[in-house]
Amino acid sequence: MKTNDVILQTVTKITLFIIILFSIHLFFAGHYYPGGGFIGGLMTSGAIVLLLLAYDMKTVANILPIDYKYMIGVGLLFSVGTGAGALLFDAPFLTHAHSHVLLPLLGDTALHTAVLFDTGVYLVVIGVTMTIIQTIGEDE
Amino acid sequence: MNAIVSFVTGSFLIIGAFLSLVTAFGLLRLPDVYTRNHAASKAATLGVMSILLGTFLYFFLEEGHFNSRIILGIAFIFMTSPVAGHLISRAAYNSGIPLWEKSVQDDLKKAKEERKAEQ
Repeated sequence: MKTNDVILQTVTKITLFIIILFSIHLFFAGHYYPGGGFIGGLMTSGAIVLLLLAYDMKTVANILPIDYKYMIGVGLLFSVGTGAGALLFDAPFLTHAHSHVLLPLLGDTALHTAVLFDTGVYLVVIGVTMTIIQTIGEDE
Repeated sequence: MNAIVSFVTGSFLIIGAFLSLVTAFGLLRLPDVYTRNHAASKAATLGVMSILLGTFLYFFLEEGHFNSRIILGIAFIFMTSPVAGHLISRAAYNSGIPLWEKSVQDDLKKAKEERKAEQ
């Protein structure tokens, strides 16, 4: 029998954006407030899991055509890259730098290389969570 | 000013706590899944929303801190909690949990029989 999932799917379409917005907020707030790459990544993958619950796996693969195993690799590359980048400037591994930069639209912004490291953590957490859930879910 | 702030935030918190207590009593006292679900998804939603509103007003009026996460949380709970109740009730109905023996109306059963007769 075909199930009728209109309520769940409609609410998923609305709440998905709130969850992803909140996870991005958590990711960028990590330096000054509670949050960071780990919890932001977990919440983003939670949004994708909600999408998986409301729709089937094929639809979600059409919406987000991402191979999450590559995402783990890219995230690890980000983290190692920011660590190894310090070696180019005669500093020990994983030395971070920060400065105030005048950006055209945003004005005086404090940029820190720890954000790039956090991006790596974010991508690895999304990749690992989604790989685990998809491999369990496809096991029919 | 200060007395008004504490009165307003305090009354929101007390209303929320009272509604959560009502939810707990409803869960204990009501006879079947559907009526319990009715208590849990309505009263608890409003209770948590008023507690969050009281918290938001306290931090906004007392500390001057506008916490938009609480507003987002109120909207999120308002949208998702009734849907969760709906899904739990529907799962219970589809797996054949019976209604309370004194209930008189079951429109979904009639609709399902008509749907089956059409096929």
